[in-house]
Formats: sequence, C-alpha cells, structure tokens
Amino acid sequence: MFDFPTGLTFHVGNYVSDLVDWLTVHWKTFFDGISNGLLWVFSHFNDFLIWMPWWFFVLVIFLLACQFKSVSSGILFAIFLILIGIFGYWDEMMYTLCLVISSVVISLIIGIPLGIFMAYSKRFEMIAKPILDGMQTMPTFVYLIPALFFFGLGLIPGVLSTIIYALPPVMRLTNLAIRGVPEEVVEASLSFGSSRWQLLTKVQIPQAMPTIMAGINQTTMMALAMVVVASMVGVKGLGLEVLTALGQIDVAKGFEAGISIVFLAIIIDRITLAISNTFQKK
Amino acid sequence: MTLKMEIKEVSKIFGPHPKKTLRLVKEGKSKEEILKKTGHTVGVERVSLDIQEGEMFVIMGLSGSGKSTLIRCLNLLNRPTSGSILVDGEDITTYDRHKLKKYRQKKIAMVFQHFGLFDHRTIIENVSYGLEVRKVPLKKRMEIAQSSLETVGLKGWEDKYPNELSGGMQQRVGLARALANDPDILLMDEPFSALDPLIRREMQLELIDLQNKLQKTVIFITHDVNEAFKIGDRVAVMKDGKVEQVGTPEAILENPANDYIEAFVKDIDRSKIIQAEGVMIKPNALVRLKDGLNVAIKEMKSNGLSSVYVVDKEMRLKGLVTIDDALEAKTAGRSLESIMTDNFEIAAPDDYMQDLIDKAIQTKYPIAIVREEKLVGLVPRAIVLSSLASQ
Repeated sequence: MFDFPTGLTFHVGNYVSDLVDWLTVHWKTFFDGISNGLLWVFSHFNDFLIWMPWWFFVLVIFLLACQFKSVSSGILFAIFLILIGIFGYWDEMMYTLCLVISSVVISLIIGIPLGIFMAYSKRFEMIAKPILDGMQTMPTFVYLIPALFFFGLGLIPGVLSTIIYALPPVMRLTNLAIRGVPEEVVEASLSFGSSRWQLLTKVQIPQAMPTIMAGINQTTMMALAMVVVASMVGVKGLGLEVLTALGQIDVAKGFEAGISIVFLAIIIDRITLAISNTFQKK
Repeated sequence: MTLKMEIKEVSKIFGPHPKKTLRLVKEGKSKEEILKKTGHTVGVERVSLDIQEGEMFVIMGLSGSGKSTLIRCLNLLNRPTSGSILVDGEDITTYDRHKLKKYRQKKIAMVFQHFGLFDHRTIIENVSYGLEVRKVPLKKRMEIAQSSLETVGLKGWEDKYPNELSGGMQQRVGLARALANDPDILLMDEPFSALDPLIRREMQLELIDLQNKLQKTVIFITHDVNEAFKIGDRVAVMKDGKVEQVGTPEAILENPANDYIEAFVKDIDRSKIIQAEGVMIKPNALVRLKDGLNVAIKEMKSNGLSSVYVVDKEMRLKGLVTIDDALEAKTAGRSLESIMTDNFEIAAPDDYMQDLIDKAIQTKYPIAIVREEKLVGLVPRAIVLSSLASQ
C-alpha cells in the first residue's frame, strides 16, 4: 500500500545504453577523428611544457604574479611550485596543467560564441539553460562511462568530460554579461549607425569583458576540480597520484599529491582572477 | 523656413501582434482596454508633427506619455507600427538595413538621458565613436573629435574615462559625441534630467547658446515644463501616447487646449517665459516735449495718473514728469524740461519678467519698455509684482 507499485517499473537506461552502442559502432570514424586531433595537440603541448626548463616555468609564473598581483604573491607562488617539484610531482603537475589549459581553451572556443548566441536568441537560451544545468549537476562519473565507450581509456575521455563540466560557467556568464550591457549603451551604439558586428565587437564584448573574465576564472577552477575524477578513466597527472594513494591507503603520498593540487589551484585562481580584475578597473 | 521632418500618423504598439492590435486603436479603444484585452502596450498613438529646419522642438510629457518611444521612432530604434516619417522628403520607415545605417551615420544623432557612454573607452574615443563606425581615418576623426570636445568645453579631458567625470561633464561628452557626426538632426532624450538643478540650468543655457551658433534641428524630450518652455521654439505636449497640443510656449500658456494642459502649465514659472512685450500696455497718456507744462498736468489729471513719460516727436524717450513737480513748477513758472527726471527704469521688449522684478521693486513708476531708444510700451509695477505673487 505504501510502497511504490512494482508493476510500474520501466527502465530508460537500456535505451540510452543501446544508443551509445549504436553510436560507438556507426560513428567510429568521427570519434576517432576527434580523438586523434585532440591527442596530437595535447601531446605536443605537453611535450613543450615538459621540455621547458623548470626554473623558466617558475620564472614565468613569478613574473605573471608580479605583473598582475604583487611581488609577495610572486614569491609565494614560486615557492609553491618548487615544493611540488620537491615532492617529486613536477612532470605530473605539468601533465595536469596541460589537461586544464587545453580543456579551458577548448571550453572558451566553444563557450564564448555560444554564450553570445544565447544572449541574442531567447529561444536558444531557453533550450540551453536546462542543458547547462544538466551538464553541471549530473554526477561526472555518469558521462565518463559513454566517453569510455567512444574513446577508450586515457586522456581523451578525460579532456572531454572536463570540457563538459567546465563549459557551463563561461557560457552562462558570457550570456549574462552581454545581456547586462545597459540598454542605452546599446542604443547609443546603434544610433550612430553601427552594424551588428560593430555593436558586438566595439561595444558589447568590451563592456561585458569583466564578467566574461569572471566566467573564464570559474571555468578554469571547474576544470581543475575534474582532475581527480578524470584520473579514474586513466588520465595521468596529479589526480592519478591521489587515486593511487587512495587505493594503497597511503596517507603520506595522498597528502603530498593533494596539497600539490591545492597549490596549483591557488596559483591558477589568483592569477586568472588578477587578470580579470584589470578589466574591472576601467 | 523649410520643413525638415514630417511625422505622419505614427503609432507604435509593443507586443507580439502589433499590427492586429492597431485595428483596435483605430476603432478608438482606450490604452487600458487594449492592454487588458490583448496584453499590448500602446506607446504612441497616431502622432503627426511637422518639424522645421533649425528649430528647437520640445516634446513634453510625464513618464509613460510615450515621448521616449516617439523619439526612438525618429531614428528607428523603435520601428513604428504604422505611419510614416519623412526626413527631407524621404520616408525613413521604408529604409532597408543599409540605408538606415547611412541615415543614422550622417543625418541624425542622439543624446541619452543616462548619457549612454561607453565606459571602456576614453572620452576622445567615445566622441569619435560615430566617426569610427563610418570608417573615417584615425587622424581625421581625432581632429574632429577634438574640436567637438572643445565646442562643449571639455578640452584637456580627452584621455580620461567617463566614470572619472561628473554627471554634467558626462552629458557634455554625450553631446560632443553627437555633434562630432555633424548631424542635421539632434535627438535629445531627457538629456538634463539626470543632472542636479544647478548644472541643469547651466546646461540649458549652453544648449541655447550652442543652438544659436550651430542652427541644428533639435528634437528635445523633457518632463519638465519649465525646461520645455524655456528652451523650446515650439512645444508639443504629450499624454497617453497622443499629442494634446502643439505651439509656441506663449501660445500654449495663453490658450491651453484643455484642462490637462492648463493644470500642467499652472505650476510654470511664468516670469521665466513671459517677456515684457507680452504684458506691456500702450501708454494711455504721453506728453510731447513741445507740449509744455499745462498739457502735462492736464494729461495726468484726465487719466488719473501721478506721473507721465515725455517723448520727442520720433517717440524717443526723454524723461519722466511727476504731478507734484509739475504743479510746483507751474506756480514757480518753470518749464517742462527743467523738471524732467531720469529717475525711472527701462527694459527691452524681449526681457523676461524675471528680470523686471528687481526693477519693479526699485522704482515707483511704471517700467518703460524701449526698443531702439523709442518708447513702445509700459509695464505697470502691479503686473510684475503680482506675477511674483501668483507663483
């Protein structure tokens, strides 16, 4: 009487599973194409990061921090990086950084134009909003499974799921930012005979820039948060170290790998935030 | 005067099916009825106006009267639902995208209530925006923007950002930006209402000055009656999307078309609108220089006056004689000329009542209104001072 009637059970999961099977078989070339392209870009970028002398990288971060924040944070970030090196995770950190940067760049390439389109089209906004909600709230492991089917174990499903997870903030905030440009400012631009393109590039995007930058910062942090999850499908880097430590119940290793992720997160967050603040000041 | 812009039966309805709703408007349904029934808002309802070249045309109305909607129809930021707008004889409502762009770039510019400045650009970049859109070369547009900034008195502020400027200065930037395009028509949507009263007054005077120099066709929106009547050559009063009355400020003051306008103009500060010419009376007694003392006394006696102005045969004002002096002179046997004083106040016909108030307080006699040395009329003190009391 009080239990949910068992006769009503019905599973949609099977159909989703069938669809995934079908896609895997029939769209193989398509997925392989994406996979190979991404892999090529990623491995070259990673090679470059690894090839870079360690002190050069520390210097770059130091100078960036000095430029956009302060000398003291520059020194702090340099110490963080050196500590990660001392823990023995330099290459892992570079790998993780590479994952974060490539996912973020791809997210921005997709997310900013889509966000702008969302601001222009009410209908697209209506469709996109629930999808974005879904992308952010659906437990990340769930879309790791089909990603595994399409791309196999390794880096690519990791990058893709990171993109799915990291895309929403920049898309949402771009939409909000463009919509948030005061009506009168848009009218002023139009009243001088601007074309749509001039309105967008000369007025709307520059005016929206502080908010878009906040979106980029959030997207970066989301990407970083996916690092450990992505390691479950075999992505290397700091996340995998945490995962192995978990498997071996190795507290010491877990702490070192964990704190390395925190260091990296602080550095990325503070620097992107500081850069976005320079847009705010005007 | 040539006709610059002809607004013919323009209506603007907001909502998903404006054309359908237009029929209800034509059937004479009220705004409220239409809103209730269809959810459409009637912004502007069949407005027709003729605007002359070089005219300062003010559209006045309270908020919700449709004045901002109407002005946005004139550069098609709002597309009218029906009606036509002829500028130099061409109907702009039929323009395609390309022609509209050209029209906005060359013929018309707008100044906004909250300035509508681009705060990511410096002042000079703001002012040169219209030229940039038109793809004027950088050097040339900086020159034009510079001179435009000088016109509004903002030299030296070129490289600042808008939020570093006060409200009044920001609106000058807005004005400079509009002027840089050298448009025939300048639309001003409540440009001064976001400014504090002192700055507002200053800007109004400067606008009048500027207009005298540039002779643009200006269409100016305001909700402030005093502002409308102060700067407008002609004023249109709007209510509920319709134009209630069009005319010169004085004509509207003299003959308000209905109770609404009468109530509207009741609070107006008449002393700033009415000129001496409008209230002066023909002197009912005058003495010629050659007439002599006896005539002067007779004139004053028969008209019940205690003083009289003396003119020569070309009506040039010579002086004033009081009855006391005249009677005394008569017994002493002195001439009219010897007792004339210049102890009176004079004013020009186009002086405002406001400027007459001080004079009326200082003198005991009617104020003489003089045009090119000739006496054209008198303004009794009672008229000036009572206008003060009625405020």
